[in-house]
Amino acid sequence: MEMLPLVLASITVAATPLLIAALGEHVVERAGVLNLGVEGMMIVGAACGFAAAVLTDSSVLGLLAGGFAGMLLALVFAGLAIGLATNQVATGLALTILGLGLAGLIGAPFVGQPRPPIPPIALPILSDIPIIGPAFFRADPIFYLSVMLVIAVAFVLNRTRAGLLLRAVGENHASAHALGVPVRRIRLYAILFGGLMAGLAGAYLSLIYTRFWSPGMTAGRGWIALALVVFAAGHVWRLMAGAYLFGGLTVAQLHAQAGAIGLPSQLLSALPYIMTILALLVLAVSGRRGSGAAGSLGQPFVPER
Amino acid sequence: MRIALEQRRAVSRLRTWLTPLVALAVALAIGGVIVALLGKSPVVAFKVYLRDPLTDPWALQEVLLKATPLSLIAIGLVFCFRANRWNIGAEGQMLVGAICGGGVALLFLGQSGFYILPLMLLAGMAGGLAYAAIPAFLRVRFGISEILTSLMLVYVAELLLDYLVRGPWRDPKGFNFPQTPSFSDSALFQPFFEGGRLHAGALLAILAIILATLVFRRTLFGFAINTLGEAPRAANFAGFSERRITFLVFAISGALAGLAGVVEAAGQVGQLRPGFGQGLGFTAIIVAFLGRLSPIGAALSAMVIAVLLIGAESAQVVMKLPFDLTRFFMGLLLMCVLAGEALNRYRLVIRKEG
Repeated sequence: MEMLPLVLASITVAATPLLIAALGEHVVERAGVLNLGVEGMMIVGAACGFAAAVLTDSSVLGLLAGGFAGMLLALVFAGLAIGLATNQVATGLALTILGLGLAGLIGAPFVGQPRPPIPPIALPILSDIPIIGPAFFRADPIFYLSVMLVIAVAFVLNRTRAGLLLRAVGENHASAHALGVPVRRIRLYAILFGGLMAGLAGAYLSLIYTRFWSPGMTAGRGWIALALVVFAAGHVWRLMAGAYLFGGLTVAQLHAQAGAIGLPSQLLSALPYIMTILALLVLAVSGRRGSGAAGSLGQPFVPER
Repeated sequence: MRIALEQRRAVSRLRTWLTPLVALAVALAIGGVIVALLGKSPVVAFKVYLRDPLTDPWALQEVLLKATPLSLIAIGLVFCFRANRWNIGAEGQMLVGAICGGGVALLFLGQSGFYILPLMLLAGMAGGLAYAAIPAFLRVRFGISEILTSLMLVYVAELLLDYLVRGPWRDPKGFNFPQTPSFSDSALFQPFFEGGRLHAGALLAILAIILATLVFRRTLFGFAINTLGEAPRAANFAGFSERRITFLVFAISGALAGLAGVVEAAGQVGQLRPGFGQGLGFTAIIVAFLGRLSPIGAALSAMVIAVLLIGAESAQVVMKLPFDLTRFFMGLLLMCVLAGEALNRYRLVIRKEG
């Protein structure tokens, strides 16, 4: 393969976990809930996914297990933040701290074990297009899934009654409740979806991106996914653009490190985090009115009756 | 039939004070189950984590040493969290404080003078303050969520420290280990008594507790912080400047975290090296909440958490229990504390109709 398709393909691999995790959190935040536990759910997904894949010798089961594990943690979050109306910021932080520890415990026996790659799926005809073909149409199945998920989420949120209700709950939970919309149930479903996505994204990291488990391997990707949701300001398509921008940045940084240009490697490693702050800054300075965040975002809801 | 939350009219003082203790007990019970699941004896674990650090005089000293930076950082976070400002980057502010204080120590390497340590403390506080001012500025000027920016800056600070100790600040006689030269005696806290390890850093923590308590109990600024956190509109009507308070709470917590960084560098460690932070800045978040966001409470819970951390160190050796278990427990504890607070505010009632 030539250089360009190779680089593009590695960008998709770097962007896919960010996109999936951010997509889940996007739905959660549209429903008016801020779950800061993405990093925790993601790394538990990575550990459980890898452990399950090794134990069953099936990467598919691993990916499923990762998503399921993320969902279980999300259930804990929902029990506290929705069931007991606890502070969402603090609860999410607790989930991340707990998740980092739990993932370390689960993953410990599997450190250093390799996993075979998941064979890519080449789409007929499309994969023969020069450059774009080998870059995007000979990819792993989860990449295709992520693209389908983007379309599905955009469709459900903007074109269906369920999506309308979810956004209504997020925009003003008191009004939605007064109209008889089951605020807490809708939020529970949204949170579970967010957990499923974060867990799947984590399993993607350990089973497809690196193909080994190492402690702390998410390295802040969950937080970057959270920043992408802010960056997207309510638009799924901008979420995708942001994820690919960051994927590109990650790859560029790796190439720069390998190329041993005169900059300290730590500066290059710090770039994604600095870029995240700059991206939020650019978004703020660009002067559009409102942040695009849901009206009731982060506020606990206790129904009167 | 469904479960609903009903606001309590009043909560007794006793109940309020018991909540953190009950939360701790519940978290310990769940932790014990996890230890059993890992195939170890919960009884032995209880002894190693909780009893030994409190009975062994040497370990007790270590507990106080660990509680010092924890309570310094947590007291700063109390200011932020009470104002509903989410500074979760104390770890980074602590590291930058240590870098600034350590930089002063390296500047005076091999020299002696009474002024070196105070200069380091000032530099550390200034560094932490400046680093915390970044998310505060982005929030008040551009409305950017301080949660994400303060967290992102932790990673940047870790990489900066890593760069310095592997690059320009590396000890030339350190056999290529990534660490700075050991600070000279004038740049170190001297132990209170010969052969001991406890030093004047603990006094700084006590000073911080007293000052913070006075601010919250006796000053308008303390009242303004509480008002902004609990009723932002009321704070606005009262003429409290949201921008000013935001900046000040970030400045205070950044300075205290920076101070904690210098206390660690000039006390326990005596140099800078990677992994220096040990996640104390994140643990302090749990300390602040376990202490019910009061300075005295934060100091008390810093002691509790320090006991657990020292216990965890020996558990790693004695019981081969990984540190991840402690990390897991910290998250669990925070959840229990939050659930306990919620059950203080609301009563769970079961309603028949849907």
